[in-house]
Amino acid sequence: MKTGARILVEGLQREGVETLFGYPGGVVLPIYDELYDSSLRHILVRHEQAAAHAADGFARASGRVGVCLATSGPGACNLVTGIATAYMDSVPVVALTGQVPTSLLGNDAFQESDITGITLPITKHNYLVKRTEDLGHVLREAFYIAGTGRKGPVLIDIPKDVSTRPIEYEFPESEPVTLRGYQPTIRGHAKQIDKAIEMIFDAERPLIYAGGGVIASDASAELLSLVETLGIPITTTLMGLGAVPCDHPLNLGMLGMHGTRSANYAVTESDLLIAIGARFDDRVTGKLDTFASQAKIIHIDIDPAEIGKNKKVDIPIVGDTKSVLQDMLAKIRKKKEYDRWLTRIRGWKEKHPLTYRRDGVLRPQFVVEQLSELLNGEGIIVSEVGQNQMWTAQYFCFRKPRTWITSGGLGTMGYGFPAAMGAHFACPDQVVFDIAGDGSFQMNIQELSTVATNNIPVKVAILNNRFLGMVRQWQELFHDRRYSFTELPPVDFVKIANAYGVDGIRVESVDDVVPALRAAVETDGPFVLDFRVEREENVFPMVPAGAAINEMIGGNYE
Amino acid sequence: MKAHTLSVLVENRAGVLSRVSGLFSRRGFNIESLAVGICEEPGMSRITIVCIGDDAQIEQVMKQLNKLIDVVKVSDITENERVERELALIKVAADPGTGRAEVMQLATIFRAQIIDVGAKTVTLSVAGDTEKIDALEKLLRQYGVKELVRTGKIAMLRGAKTVKSAK
Repeated sequence: MKTGARILVEGLQREGVETLFGYPGGVVLPIYDELYDSSLRHILVRHEQAAAHAADGFARASGRVGVCLATSGPGACNLVTGIATAYMDSVPVVALTGQVPTSLLGNDAFQESDITGITLPITKHNYLVKRTEDLGHVLREAFYIAGTGRKGPVLIDIPKDVSTRPIEYEFPESEPVTLRGYQPTIRGHAKQIDKAIEMIFDAERPLIYAGGGVIASDASAELLSLVETLGIPITTTLMGLGAVPCDHPLNLGMLGMHGTRSANYAVTESDLLIAIGARFDDRVTGKLDTFASQAKIIHIDIDPAEIGKNKKVDIPIVGDTKSVLQDMLAKIRKKKEYDRWLTRIRGWKEKHPLTYRRDGVLRPQFVVEQLSELLNGEGIIVSEVGQNQMWTAQYFCFRKPRTWITSGGLGTMGYGFPAAMGAHFACPDQVVFDIAGDGSFQMNIQELSTVATNNIPVKVAILNNRFLGMVRQWQELFHDRRYSFTELPPVDFVKIANAYGVDGIRVESVDDVVPALRAAVETDGPFVLDFRVEREENVFPMVPAGAAINEMIGGNYE
Repeated sequence: MKAHTLSVLVENRAGVLSRVSGLFSRRGFNIESLAVGICEEPGMSRITIVCIGDDAQIEQVMKQLNKLIDVVKVSDITENERVERELALIKVAADPGTGRAEVMQLATIFRAQIIDVGAKTVTLSVAGDTEKIDALEKLLRQYGVKELVRTGKIAMLRGAKTVKSAK
């Protein structure tokens, strides 16, 4: 006889789970009792939101499904932001929640919340398991759904009696999961691929626009091969950074609101945009009518609903990015020179590099740039959300996929620190940095306790400007510098870190940046760096909201 | 913008209706009518949805519906030859006398059935397409409609064609 809790723990092990992040509570007591002497490593966070973000960070760094666990009611509700974050960025996470016993469901019982109802719009799928007999196959389905097709979070809600009841149960031999309502298209349509190749060779000014889908399907090698085989320039979204090395001569960097001028100008002038695993998000397109308005569009995506959602597409190809790119590469037999186009792009790149004032003042971009040089493409960089995120995207040179982890779609402040903990467990040999702002860091600062207790060697680099910097920037530019509720009081982050048992250094001058970064890297455990940076630095260049992406402001410092 | 009739085959599971209807509301799509019931395939239900939108919106509705794990098949049958039915129950004020006779005459013309007769009311059951029910309702208004209940529209392709699984 096995209890539901036993089945759950065994099932997780059968799915290859080694680490999960969670927080106990009343109705998950039976599950925690099973975890007590299981071989699964459970990391106790200090807030359930951190468990969800850590599972997400683990998934993004490893490419495997991340797992988090919380109790019913408030525990489950605290996962919500993390689940929504994973949903928006298509990250495979299985969230397990306890629920009040089935006899009390719908009764407004203590710590009851309708978490499957609450997470309906932010999960790929969810389950309320009402019979212990169903738990085993629901778990298998959940991992299958989370980790295939367009990936995403799946929640399983488990009433207490379902996890306590013992039943006769044997796991079925691992035959593949089949669901009649879920059969993602993996292979791209051969004729569409032929047409796309033809269109590429007809173009004079083609441009590849690659997004997070390339990372999600582990298609970076194929993408790089396509770029080099065709000799076509590439720009990536925030989520696509690292798919192609930042210093590759054909890489124009990020496009969109805080993209490079060269990338945005290239989109505007291109006659063929090849979108690969990207979804024409408003932060990328700016004013939609003028986005790539001279271009025909090829769109490769695993999710048919993304094709044609925002922008009319000439050649849609539904399929897994990796598979489609492999098929394309196998069919390309010639090469075309795009000399005039590449010369024009080189001109933009030379004329409009990303720059900031190098005047001896401690500026946040300098910190990111120095870290980039120090790590030289190694390590995993996680960010919070806001200016810190954009400066990292602009000034850190990513060379490999899954080394850049950030909340793109939802833009969740407080994401970075717990996600960095998850990334560590995915890649324990890599140095993991969370590049933070003082605002974001304080949204999950309690996790200092988690990293201290478990000696999780995450390094937090706070670009501390005592502002909610990105909002302040918008207030400066669009609200007449009326800094309404964006100024934060000074906080001694080193003292806070020390109080939790974590080392830290405050850095106030340019000269101290590299030694401090080195100290952080060389420390075995977690480390907090409090960089007191220029307070009113802006992220430039910038496309004002609603403008065309070639109408960029700022960022020209000679 | 025009009305589209979607035939949606779903797994007959708890919560499937809220998944489908929730998707419409959160993505800003309008449902004109919705009818749901079990169907010929074991374990499945069929939902007939009438919604209004331009072609791009309807395409997006269908793609989003298809993404739901419990949705097995989505078909837009608007352009196909099809039969459609709605059912309405209409309680009409009908004092014994001329009014009542006229109401009963109308029922005959519209092939509605009288399913209940009270001291001051008669209740009609009428099935047909939307226009027919609208027309009858309009005519009955002059006698005083006490209560009206309408189902959503259900629809089916004509001939041998069917809306089957295999998504």
